Amino acid sequence: MDTKTIKKETNTTQTTERISGSEAVIRCLLAEGVDILYGYPGGAIMPVYDELYKYQDKIHHVLTRHEQGATHSAQGYARISGKVGVAIATSGPGATNLITGIADAQIDSTPMVCITGQVASHLLGSDAFQETDIVGISTPVTKWNCQVTKASQIPEAMAKAFYIARSGRPGPVLVDITKDAQFEEFDFKYEKCKGVRSYIPIPKLDQTLVEAAAKLINAAKKPMIVWGQGVILGEAEAEFKAVVEKAGIPSAWTILGAGAIPTTHPLNIGMVGMHGNYAPNVLTNDCDVLIAIGMRFDDRVTGSLSTYAKQAKVIHFDIDPAEIDKNVKTDVAVLGDSKESLAALLPLLEEKTYPEWHQKFKDLYAIEYEKVIKHDLHPTKEGLTMAEVLKEINIQTKGDAAIVTDVGQHQMIACRYANFNKTRSNITSGGLGTMGFGLPAAIGAKMAAPDREVISISGDGGYQMTIQELGTIFQQKTGVKIVVLNNEFLGMVRQWQELFFDRRYASTEMTNPDFVAIAKGYFIEAQKVTKREELKDAVAKMINTDGPYFLEVCVEKEGKVFPMIPTGASVSEVRLE
Amino acid sequence: MSAEKQLYTVSVYTENNIGLLNRISAIFQRRHINIESLNTSPSEIESVSRFTIVINMTEDNVKKIIGQIEKQVEVIKAYYHTEDEIIYQESCIFKMRSTLLFDERQIQNIIKESNARIVTVNREFFVIEKSGRKEEIELLHRELTVFGIMQFTRSGRIAVSKEEMKISTMLEAFQA
Ligand SMILES: Cc1ncc(C[n+]2csc(CCOP(=O)(O)OP(=O)(O)O)c2C)c(N)n1
Repeated sequence: MDTKTIKKETNTTQTTERISGSEAVIRCLLAEGVDILYGYPGGAIMPVYDELYKYQDKIHHVLTRHEQGATHSAQGYARISGKVGVAIATSGPGATNLITGIADAQIDSTPMVCITGQVASHLLGSDAFQETDIVGISTPVTKWNCQVTKASQIPEAMAKAFYIARSGRPGPVLVDITKDAQFEEFDFKYEKCKGVRSYIPIPKLDQTLVEAAAKLINAAKKPMIVWGQGVILGEAEAEFKAVVEKAGIPSAWTILGAGAIPTTHPLNIGMVGMHGNYAPNVLTNDCDVLIAIGMRFDDRVTGSLSTYAKQAKVIHFDIDPAEIDKNVKTDVAVLGDSKESLAALLPLLEEKTYPEWHQKFKDLYAIEYEKVIKHDLHPTKEGLTMAEVLKEINIQTKGDAAIVTDVGQHQMIACRYANFNKTRSNITSGGLGTMGFGLPAAIGAKMAAPDREVISISGDGGYQMTIQELGTIFQQKTGVKIVVLNNEFLGMVRQWQELFFDRRYASTEMTNPDFVAIAKGYFIEAQKVTKREELKDAVAKMINTDGPYFLEVCVEKEGKVFPMIPTGASVSEVRLE
Repeated sequence: MSAEKQLYTVSVYTENNIGLLNRISAIFQRRHINIESLNTSPSEIESVSRFTIVINMTEDNVKKIIGQIEKQVEVIKAYYHTEDEIIYQESCIFKMRSTLLFDERQIQNIIKESNARIVTVNREFFVIEKSGRKEEIELLHRELTVFGIMQFTRSGRIAVSKEEMKISTMLEAFQA
């Protein structure tokens, strides 16, 4: 730092310093507590990269192999840590390559700040080399975005970006910075953003509504809870567990809610939704009070809305007013932060158990076990099932691993069968269903939580969408464990073709490369398993290896994920075969 | 709640920032909602802009739209009103051939009766301006069409609500 340029302001305690816009970017990141960022350089962001070189002892830049990888890594980092993930890219193609990850973060409420370089401000709008209107392109998929054309605007824009990304219902933001603004020098001073006039991150809790909710819950004969990621985002796991246990209510989760209370908790009745468990899906249409907590009634959860929980009084706890009555009409809507709302609810609840009602879930589980689970976990046929791989991972990690999945059959199987002892253990692309999410997200997750076992589980399709990130793993020596469940098909699409398109397997069969050779090409230890007898040792080898490891498991080619609610069907029409 | 489609006037108070028009219009675009009219201008509060948007939809949907609009970080508050809950005006301008002014006496009467006014007259053309409710403007348009209109343009709606919109008190609360 050039001390000659330091100039003290007389009547404030803060000092200002004359620095470049690009140095300001880094100083803002440091002030926000960022010590790692994921990105890819290019012309329009080079001044910032040059500063990163100078600051490399304070802030670690991870060169991913594609900008999409950078966003997914930032997401994985954010999802496991609760902190803001940061991705950085150049203008034009660099910026547009971020879009998939941004859209994914938006729909899954993941806090992320993306920084993009932009052509010099005098070139804006002239179709200059590598110019794209990234603010326009990213508008529908960001919580907030802005373009900065002067260095002096950088501190405020960055402060706002971090504040908006992490507050309230979190989400991705994008700050686009022109190249001249990166070069320009100005008097730098940083103040964290404490509020934006037009933005109320957390609606004020209305105690009368909490009382109304408690009254309905206490009077219920057959109450059921469906919780989502809002519990985790609000860091309300303890309050939530206390509510569930005191009220004794059977509780089910959406895929992003997984792990907020352990899978093995006696009141945890499983997953709802298209490939969720039989009992919670069917009994959604039997309960008398449905308590939705931090979930948004996604269509993959509700199936046909016209038949969804029509008999039930609905209570909805959420932070986002736009979610209330969006899909399902509520009787009582409690707006607020989940931690605060659930803490307010707890003392008003009566201590109860619902043995008969709970028995219904157990009875239906027994049916699901006979028809589906038994065959998935303890197959008698030849051909490995995806579920038995998960079972082996559960056993060997004792359910403590963070599971990062891609999208497809393996994702649903992982959500269904992985044991999540801990919160923030299921890192998956829920709302967008982005193939290619898994591997780079696992990199970010492992870097944020190096002490945790992070296992990426992908299909052969999705894995190849971001397979180049093996290069990042190798270069960074990130100790992720990579499992590819290879069925030589785009399995989930193939399943739909089998069930709904007369087995016409249009472009879903995959001729795959030698995955083990590819991993080894990146100097990652690797192994391939084709037989059931080899599985246990292979998983043990993977878990016991320090550093990254690749395991390919060849699974049955035409396995199916059941139960399944066909698109547009009612949750009570869930199919077991 | 009314399940019938009807005209609603949506008033959106926002920070005066670049890019908001894009964010707000995208909300309508995503849902395939046609905007009947749109006007943006400064509001009664300094540095706060106001969008006045007219849409034809059910109350249920308009509520959801309001939720999505208010969710935008830079939107301060959004309101919606039915036709009887507001007082509104639209404005329009007609350009017509000057000869008509002398050849067609009727035109002068039309202008007078409709409370329109002549903004300017020159050798080739003259310009009529009228502000009023939609129907009044439509009536004037019909009456003048007979004579041939050279150019016609019409503004978006501007509206005030009969009931108070509590935006100022909201902003004060924020300041506190
Ligand atoms: C980027 C992207 N493209 C297409 C899809 C549609 N899609 C959903 S699941 C799936 C098949 C996934 O196949 P694979 O990765 O092999 O996993 P499997 O289902 O076999 O476990 C496809 C193509 C998607 N979700 N994301």
